[in-house]
This record gives sequence, C-alpha cells and structure tokens, in this order.
Amino acid sequence: MEQVMSSISLSAIAPELVLVACGLIVLMIQAVFGSRFRDSFAYVSLLGIGGAAFLVLTSPGAFESKIVEYSFCDMWVVDNFSRFFKLIFLIGTGLTLLISLRYLDNEAMQHSEYYALMLLCTVGMMVMASAAELITIFLGVELMSISLYALAGYTRSRMMSNEAAIKYFILGSFASGFLIYGIALIYGTTGTSQIPAIARYLAQAGAGAAVLVMGMALLIIGFGFKTASVPFHMWAPDVYEGAPAPVTGFMSAGPKAAAFAAFVRIFMEALPTLQTDWIMVIWLIAVLTMTVGNIIALVQENIKRMLAYSSIAHAGYVLVAFLAAGELGLTSILYYMLAYTFMNIGAFAVITMLAGAGETRVKVEDYRGVGYKHPVAALAMSLFLFSLAGIPPTGGFMGKFYIFSAAVKQGYIWLAIIGVLNSVVSVYYYLRVTVAMYMQAPEKDEDVPAASALSPALVVAIFISAYGVLSLGLFPSTYVAMVKESFLSFL
Amino acid sequence: MELLIFYAFCVGAVVSALLMVTTKRPVRAAMSLVATMSFLAGLYALLNAHLIAVLQLIVYAGAIMVLFLFVIMLLNIEEKEGKLAKNVFFIQLAGTVVVGILMVAMVVVMNKIGAPVAGAAVDETFGTTKAVGWMLFTKYLLPFEIASVLLLAAIVGAVILAKRRIDNSKA
Repeated sequence: MEQVMSSISLSAIAPELVLVACGLIVLMIQAVFGSRFRDSFAYVSLLGIGGAAFLVLTSPGAFESKIVEYSFCDMWVVDNFSRFFKLIFLIGTGLTLLISLRYLDNEAMQHSEYYALMLLCTVGMMVMASAAELITIFLGVELMSISLYALAGYTRSRMMSNEAAIKYFILGSFASGFLIYGIALIYGTTGTSQIPAIARYLAQAGAGAAVLVMGMALLIIGFGFKTASVPFHMWAPDVYEGAPAPVTGFMSAGPKAAAFAAFVRIFMEALPTLQTDWIMVIWLIAVLTMTVGNIIALVQENIKRMLAYSSIAHAGYVLVAFLAAGELGLTSILYYMLAYTFMNIGAFAVITMLAGAGETRVKVEDYRGVGYKHPVAALAMSLFLFSLAGIPPTGGFMGKFYIFSAAVKQGYIWLAIIGVLNSVVSVYYYLRVTVAMYMQAPEKDEDVPAASALSPALVVAIFISAYGVLSLGLFPSTYVAMVKESFLSFL
Repeated sequence: MELLIFYAFCVGAVVSALLMVTTKRPVRAAMSLVATMSFLAGLYALLNAHLIAVLQLIVYAGAIMVLFLFVIMLLNIEEKEGKLAKNVFFIQLAGTVVVGILMVAMVVVMNKIGAPVAGAAVDETFGTTKAVGWMLFTKYLLPFEIASVLLLAAIVGAVILAKRRIDNSKA
C-alpha cells in the first residue's frame, strides 16, 4: 500500500466543495429572486449531486488501485472505502430530492432551505466517511445531525413533525455529548486525535488503560445512537413517524450508512487492539437490535413507524457484519448499505406518493386495494418490501447472504442463527403490506389513496431504486468486485 | 498560591451552581449561572487555556446569558414558587438516590482506574491564544472550515424552523 502525503489539496475535497457551493447557490437564488425560480432549486441541487458523484468516480485511482491519499495534515483521507460510502450518500440524496419535488409542492413548502440542508447534510456524511481524525469526524456528525434536526421539523404546521424535531434534537445532542466525551478520553490517553497515529500508539503501548476502554464505550454509545441500535434506539420510531416522508427515507439510509462508515473507520483502524473489549458488547447490541426491532415492528399499524423499527433491525444485521470484520465482514457492510439505500428509499418513494396532503394515509390499512388502482407502484413497493425481508432475487437477499456467511466463517454461528430467525420474523410484517395491497379490499372504492405526490421525478426515483435492488440481487458479482476494491483499503 | 486560587474558584463554581438550582427566582438563577461560568473561566485560565477562558467569559457568561435574561424578561415569569408536581418529596428523594448511586459508582470507578495515565509532555505555549490560533489555521484548517459550514447549516435550520411563514402556495 502506498501513501501519498500532501497538505492542502482542493481536489481531495472537490466533491464536498461542489455540494456546499450548490447549497449556497440555491439559497442565493431564493434570496435574490424570491420564489420566482423555485422550481430550479431541485435541479441545481441534483446537478450538484451529479457533479459530486462524477468527481468521486473520476478522482485519480478510484476503484482501481488501493492508494490511500492523506491531505490537510493527515486530517482527510481519500480511499476507496470513503469513495464507496460517498457514492451511497449521493445516491440516497439524489433519490430523495427526486421524491420530494411534488411532495413539497403539495405541502406548499417548496423552499430553498430544504435543498440547502439536504446538501449540507450530505456534506456532513461525506466528512464522516473521509475524515482521518476524530474531531473532524465529530464535526461531520454534527453537520449531518443539525441539518437532520431541522429537516425532521420541516413541515412546521404538523404537530408530529415538530415533536420529531424537538425529540431528535434533544436526544441527538445528548448522544453527541457521549461521542465528544469518548473522543476526549481517547485523546487524553493516546495524546493524539488522528486515527493512524492512535493505531500506532496503541500498537506500541498496548491497550490496558481503563480510561481508553471508557472512551471506547462512550463512542459505542454515541454511534449506537446515530445508527439507532438497541438500547439507543428510542428516538427512531417517533422521529421517523413525525418527519416528512421523503426525509424519513433519507434519514434511514444515508446518515445510518455514514455512522457506520465512521464507526468502522475508528474501530477497525484506530482501535483494533481493543477488539477483545468490544466483541461481547457489540454482540449483545447486535442481537438486541435485530430482535427488538423486528418484534416491535410486528404490531405497528403506521407504515412509517413499522419501517422505523425495520430500520433498527437492519442496523442489527449490519452490526453482525461489523463483528465478523475482516474482508468478508466489511465487504458485506458496504454491499448491504448500498442495497439498503435503494430498497428503503424506494419504499419511502411509494409511501410519499400515496401519503396524501398532510400525510394522512400512512396506515397499513390505507394500502388496501392499492394493488389494483396503482399496479406499478404496488409492484415496486412489493419488490422493495421483499428485498427488505431478504427474499431472492433481490439485493436485500444477497446482502443478508453475504453478512450471515461472513458471520459463520468467523465463527459467530449463533449470531448468524439469530439473524436468520429474525429475518424470518420480519417477513411477516413486510408481507402484511403486500397482502393489504393485493388481497384486501377497502370498504369503499374512494378509500384507496390517490397518488397525490406522483411526478415524473418520483417515477424516475422508483425505477432507479427498483433497478438497483434487482441488479444487486441478480448480478452481484459486478458490485462485489467494486466492494472488494473498497473494503479495507485503509488497513 | 496557585492551589489556593484553584480551590477558591472550585468552591465558587460549586456554590453558585447550587444556588442556581435551588433558587426559585429565575433572574437569580440566571445570575448564579453567570457566576458559575465566570469561575469556570478562572479554572480554564489556571490551566493555561487562555483562549478558552476568554471565550467562556465572552460567549457563555456574556452573550448566551444575556439571551437567557432577555427571554426571562420577555416571558415575564412570575416570581413565585411554581408547583411542578404533586409528589415533590418523592421526586427529590428519587433524585437524591440516583445522584448518590452515580457518585458511589464514580468513586469506585475512579479508584479502580487508579493513577491517571502519564500525561504526555506538553509545550509551554499549549492552550495559549497564539498557539491555538496557529493550530487552527495550519494543522486544523480543514476542521475549522467544516465548522463554518456547520454554523451555516445551523443558521439555515434555525431560520426555516422559526421564521414567519411566507406564503408559498401555488402562486
């Protein structure tokens, strides 16, 4: 592995710069022209997303060599691991923007701030994936979280949305406190906040210090919150239910992947010497997260709330892969996060389409008869739900297959068994929606929700998601090659 | 001498913090908090962290507390004992028990950890304004710039949540 050292390198942060610039442009358009050009906000933002994705893909050596490029005095690292995650974030944000177009019109909330916050949130996630230093990671976490707090409360007229924002803000700030305390303790022990330097220090000095273990424990709490793992998941259902539907989809994909990106980078690169200390804890968290998420999801009537618990359960599966570590485990994390982004945002696209003004139609029973009135949307929704349940030939199936086979190979047989049992349980509540769509008739024909947020952009988003889910399931080898190039390039 | 000042600041901080949570008058509570912040600033200065000390005074004791006072004045809270709940006694009891358990746990943990890890040797100038400024604009340039983006996001978020609704229905 070669390392290229350089200090200020604008090309290393070019994708982030493009996104920040687009966010500012969007804000300025509204400031100068009022709401005259408000249709342009989304297009400018999408252009920025596309440009950033282009820059990520064409940066020298992308997905070809394992060059690890450090810049900004070792604060910033560009490697295939961060590139892969950045692509996941950009896909997630791009799809969300496509979904939100008509939704915001319907809610009379077509403001530039929505797009600016989305873009800045994405920048925060990209910082988390690319930072090689704990304080920079923390700033990324905060940039992402603060944008999300505001986005969760974006539809101000709805009480649920306000509640979601306040709850998320207070609990999230609390969790950030744990994170920064953990960082402080690790800095106090090792004398540095740079991830490679921490690893070097610990390799030399050994990892006996209790303060260091405490710091690590606090980091687990902080990231456990950001990934909505049990027992730090309490915020998720209320926030997911209250936030505007497109934002919920966004929140459950990108930010979760970002938290895992930083989690993996800190734990696998900086603290591998502490592995014996964290294995039991993460094992327990993984089991609890999968089980609690799936079991509570069984009884949910609100589909957004149900998907919130399902999203908790999926964090549990990813934690299984995290424990398995090594090449197999880490490649399956990357693969799973990509698949999850497509299937979850796809599902939320359909939810957004049918939710109606003020999001009144978000109960499972509202989906009765949808299969006949909106056949394509129902088909797509079924595909996404099958994928979430892990039924072949979808990306969700391949993702779970990789995760559990990695767990078995690393000797976590029980964990794999619990995981598979859990995903059997989850089939029940995913199928409930499909059953409602195709096999139950509403009392009156008018009871079938109208596709109020339908727009060409939303159709494009659904098709892209469906394509992603299917191609990840049918042709996994192309993606696996890319993932293999990305996984542990920092070790 | 330094130790004496340290203890003076410590006692001051704890006493004013206690005053803050026990007083029933909001303005008095706010002023006690100002005092706590100022004592903390003194502690920072003793630790040679000049910049943090000054920032503590300007930002926390100054700006943020003025904001607190403004809000208190605007809300015009009546200065009488607010009835929070019926079982005040039990709430206080529960609070004392929980804090007591936490304190015992902390003492036990502290004893177990034993002597702190040998601190790394720090530079004479560590924590001074000049050193911090130098670090911010060289080594920590990128995090510094990210912090500015973070502030921007916070401002945009606050504006969108708090500003008066502009009519943006289909024009």
